[in-house]
Amino acid sequence: MNQTDTINDNSRQLETFSYDNTIVKLFAFATVVFGIVGFLVGLIIAIQLYVPVIFPSLDFGIPYISYGRLRPLHTNAVIFAFVGNAIFMGVYYSMQRLLKTRMWSDLLSRIHFWGWQLIIVAAAISFPMGYTTGKEYAELEWPIDIAIAIVWVVFGINMIMTLIHRRERHMYVAIWFYLASWVTVAVLHIVNSFEIPYSWIKSYSLFAGVQDALVQWWYGHNAVAFFLTTPFLGLMYYFMPKAAERPVYSYRLSIIHFWSLIFLYIWAGPHHLLYSALPDWAQSLGTVFSVMLIAPSWGGMINGLLTLRGAWDKVREDPILKFMVVAVTAYGMATFEGPMLSVKSVNALSHFTDWTIAHVHTGALGWNGFLTFGILYWLIPRLWNTQLYSKKLANWHFWIGFLGIILYVVPLYWAGVTQGLMWKQFSPEGFLVYKNFLETVTHLIPMYVIRSIGGTFFLVGALLMVYNLIMTVRQGEFVSNETVKAYAIPKEFKDKINHRWLEAKPVQFTIASFVVIIVGGLFEIVPMQIIKSNVPTIPSVKPYTPLELIGRDIYIREGCYTCHSQLVRPFRSETERYGEYSKVGEYVYDHPFQWGSKRTGPDLHRVGGKYPNAWHYQHIYDPQSVSPGSIMPRYPWIIYNDYEIKNIGSKIRVMQKMGVPYPDGYDLVAEQDVITQSKEIAEDLKNSGIDVEHNKEIIALTAYLQRLGKDIKGKNNVQANINLQVQSK
Amino acid sequence: MSIIILLILASLFVALIFLVLFLWAVNTGQFKDTFTPSIRIFKDDNNKNII
Repeated sequence: MNQTDTINDNSRQLETFSYDNTIVKLFAFATVVFGIVGFLVGLIIAIQLYVPVIFPSLDFGIPYISYGRLRPLHTNAVIFAFVGNAIFMGVYYSMQRLLKTRMWSDLLSRIHFWGWQLIIVAAAISFPMGYTTGKEYAELEWPIDIAIAIVWVVFGINMIMTLIHRRERHMYVAIWFYLASWVTVAVLHIVNSFEIPYSWIKSYSLFAGVQDALVQWWYGHNAVAFFLTTPFLGLMYYFMPKAAERPVYSYRLSIIHFWSLIFLYIWAGPHHLLYSALPDWAQSLGTVFSVMLIAPSWGGMINGLLTLRGAWDKVREDPILKFMVVAVTAYGMATFEGPMLSVKSVNALSHFTDWTIAHVHTGALGWNGFLTFGILYWLIPRLWNTQLYSKKLANWHFWIGFLGIILYVVPLYWAGVTQGLMWKQFSPEGFLVYKNFLETVTHLIPMYVIRSIGGTFFLVGALLMVYNLIMTVRQGEFVSNETVKAYAIPKEFKDKINHRWLEAKPVQFTIASFVVIIVGGLFEIVPMQIIKSNVPTIPSVKPYTPLELIGRDIYIREGCYTCHSQLVRPFRSETERYGEYSKVGEYVYDHPFQWGSKRTGPDLHRVGGKYPNAWHYQHIYDPQSVSPGSIMPRYPWIIYNDYEIKNIGSKIRVMQKMGVPYPDGYDLVAEQDVITQSKEIAEDLKNSGIDVEHNKEIIALTAYLQRLGKDIKGKNNVQANINLQVQSK
Repeated sequence: MSIIILLILASLFVALIFLVLFLWAVNTGQFKDTFTPSIRIFKDDNNKNII
């Protein structure tokens, strides 16, 4: 691998080798490029939220750029492309130096890099096409899920092998965070991607309803924890001392920080499901562990900030440290807010509102964004053996970006609290003051406008950085292989490691952190899967008819869940507005669940039967025509396109495999039921004066929407009756 | 609610394991040196030929 020229220095050997800087450069470029893409798509969807009322002519009715499809593109781009590449950039740079060795295999490094970029490209194509699993931050479909798992394993092998071939005896705390993040993300990704394909690209989640919700938010929360947080804490522990030229405030605190954080984090997922149909014991666990999380989180924040003790004069001068200080402070604020939002009484107000969006952006823009910018400004001049092109421009970036964050989050906090209160406002006579959901939305438009201005600032700041970094690269000279010398670890050290064993055994360390993180997952998920009483069944709840299933797939494809929940919480304000609160037994056939996490539009769990079919037709074609002032985009293609009927058989078979009780052989005759039910709806629309062929997507979507939440209403539901007479031979 | 009994027992069990692990860690000197690692990360750049 490397040339080794050996000089005998008593018992130790001095070895000459080189660091692979090219892989760091590649990831750095990818970070910058996908950062800009992610911010830009975010800005576009932020503007889309008020396009229908302020610039109606800009709603082109194009499926590929509609909000529901772009929103997953934005979240995935920022999390996995921008932050992901930033993690890899930092890991590949710091690991080589912390371990005094080149990455074990240049080939695996390249496979990791190009594989990851291909996955990102696949996401950028498949999301606008409407291929999505419908599970937040895990929207990528099954072939891409497999690719992610493979690339992730490649990354892990390369890391572990580098650790095994290291020249430094002990692993610095940053590496602990990298290892724990790696193993946890592997577990989360694999479990949450249990899905059964019904075509070469599409699949259904193996879990249904409440179990799916628990697995998804165990994953979703820990995507935040082990993708956006712990790897970045590793980066903080390396790059912040480096930039400040001060050792970390307390190495001992970092050890406590590490173990307590990874143990507690994994339990917190259920706080995304407070007041939902999730059993109370699981909700309480989520709350308790979320509140406890404040201790290690703040321990880490304090450790970061106090690293600057005696160096605050540098912060005044140095934009890099400014970025890092704001990043760590944002981490502190977000991790204070997180536990607070996990308290049920706060969550009752905040959940489903823009408060959540403001919260995650404090983390994403402040913690992830600013730490990444700081690292880039520190790293790029070093890789190119030069100085930063313009410190002044970097300072401008800092202030513009900082202002951008403020302009982003403040209006959204305001919007969140405002809307949360409006939803709950009763008149003295006991009626909802804002009975019409739309009123609470139009009220927020000014806040949405200011938010998009904040986003613009953030993007402009990042563009300044791009220019600054390009100029830096131009004036410098890239050192592809940085030659260094270091002693090998003496043999006798490898033979007997007694004290500080943990820091010297990478594989055992990874296993230990796996054990620590898996405890929380097992405690929550296993009882949920195996104890039947957690999901009381309701006899009147029946599987979807095949046409409704087709409609549901359209609902998922268009990302309706990004704006509409399907979960009525047990509050009077919600049962007055939507109807009976949601029961856990109602979701047993929902593969995947579609509870949603944000109500930009009203909840849809009880929408079935609320409006006539014709209303849905008009509303999907042009929402403004039936609810003036609505910010929902138009979906003309659903009116014009034919629904896909050919693969209904394989959909039914997959559902049967997962235990949905369709009769044997139903997959062979399901097509007939699709056509029968379609014709009924088309006929009904005709009676309302709308002439539409029965094979259009709108028919299927209407069938699904009209079914939602009806099964427990007690009436003998005609549409719910699957044609049980048609049995196969 | 029977789940609560199971959970309490399991929690105590896990807590016990962690306590044992912690005592093991302290007694075997896992936390013996909590200072030099924080300094050692400065030993790479700038002085590339010095170890």
